[in-house]
Amino acid sequence: VSFLRRSKFEEGGMMEVSASNNVSLREFGCEQNLLSRPDGSASFVQGDTSVMAGVYGPAEVKVSKEIYDRATLEVLLQPKVGPAGVREQSQEQCVRETCEAALLLSLHPRSSLTLILQVLHDDGSLLSCCLNAACMALMDAGLSMSCLFCGVTCAIGADGDIIADPTAAQEKESRALMTFAIDSTERRVMMSSTKGSFSVQELQECVAVSQKASEKVFQFYRDSVRRRYSKNL
Amino acid sequence: MAAGFKTAEPLEYHRSFLKENCRPDGRELSEFRSTTLNIGSISTADGSALVKLGNTTIICGIKAELTNPTVDAPGKGYIVPNVDLPPLCSSRFRPGPPGEQAQAASQFIADIIESSEVIKKEDLCIGRGKLCWVLYCDIMCLDYDGNILDACVVALLAALKTTQLPEVTINKETSAPEVNFEKKHKLNIHRHPVSVSFCIFDDSILIVDPTAEEESLSTARLTVVMDEEDQLCSLHKPGGTPLSGEKLQECIKRATARKGEIHKLIEKVIKSMKTAQ
Repeated sequence: VSFLRRSKFEEGGMMEVSASNNVSLREFGCEQNLLSRPDGSASFVQGDTSVMAGVYGPAEVKVSKEIYDRATLEVLLQPKVGPAGVREQSQEQCVRETCEAALLLSLHPRSSLTLILQVLHDDGSLLSCCLNAACMALMDAGLSMSCLFCGVTCAIGADGDIIADPTAAQEKESRALMTFAIDSTERRVMMSSTKGSFSVQELQECVAVSQKASEKVFQFYRDSVRRRYSKNL
Repeated sequence: MAAGFKTAEPLEYHRSFLKENCRPDGRELSEFRSTTLNIGSISTADGSALVKLGNTTIICGIKAELTNPTVDAPGKGYIVPNVDLPPLCSSRFRPGPPGEQAQAASQFIADIIESSEVIKKEDLCIGRGKLCWVLYCDIMCLDYDGNILDACVVALLAALKTTQLPEVTINKETSAPEVNFEKKHKLNIHRHPVSVSFCIFDDSILIVDPTAEEESLSTARLTVVMDEEDQLCSLHKPGGTPLSGEKLQECIKRATARKGEIHKLIEKVIKSMKTAQ
């Protein structure tokens, strides 16, 4: 857990808000291609938060969902217990539209892609863990993408400290909670979902922290894929 | 000819306007459609408002009921928002259980109520652990022409501002609630969130207050919710093409200007209702 020094905000220069270098995230873990049936699968662990993802496709699409010039992507988010509710639906929407922007769906017209996310354990930063698992599973399925993406959650504590990748306890104590999806090419914000109220400056600091943290996540992606293929080849 | 072009190549049609920094309906890129507000439209509701944003029409009614507080929050009442997109408002909606968009909108409104603390839930409590108010905020779209979120938030805020609740006391002997309809009081509105929605066209052009057609052709959507003290209550971007920091700054700037306009509009309408009575 890192407590970041507040830096002075300069007009118009969101990128210049510099978070101190030691953005610390919890221990990450990832395993790809662990299921035999899906075309791509991955499990992603952030501390005690754990999500498993499976991708099916490109496959045949239902006529009612067919899009003539690109693939139809469907995202299903299964909670640990009980049926999916309205909150899961809105998270599904966030993950789906992020994946749609990253995937080159026009390569597979009139076909369907299904991404299933199964929550194994939720200890905070669930949406960002879902995004990371989704990206790893899409990568494993070998689908063409214009860029990779990762999810980062930031919590603003009662005293204004920004905590990246918070646990459930830290989320509960926080005044505001933000989750961003960051793209790998220019570190821009693909998705944003927030809870609680915060100032413009706090938002900019959180975006800066997330961009910083995204570098670590992308480095983890790279290491994890490298490790996998060094074993196989 | 122009009509045929619009039907055959809708994206090219819009691009040709955007290239000249304007839009097919004559607006500039950062211009809202004209917003009109009517309050107290439903006489049987405890509070209501009708908002028109260009063609988009949203009506919001608030019904207050007495209930028991939940066990885990004995000192709080609760608010239940619901957004309905009936088949009446657009051909894209079918009858039956609420679709994904309606559910996402309901969740968005619930999140804003939660994040902004428009109403302190403690204010809705009458007797701790015994009695509280539940506010059902039913928001219905009558005409769908894009940007329902902004219209919903204005309708909700105006309806809450006009809501009057009767005084309720708990009889000490029988512990039964006694409602005094003679004495009504207004809800205490703590903060005034205003939502501003944008669409991104061709990964780079930012337009405000999109119509239904612009929404379906855009590559990403973004909604900023800000209150009167420049605090953000929500920055909702459900995916789509990435957005740079500078563009985000632009959106926040536009939202700052817009929230003033909406607050003035609501004040003006409430004032004119008072003088009319």
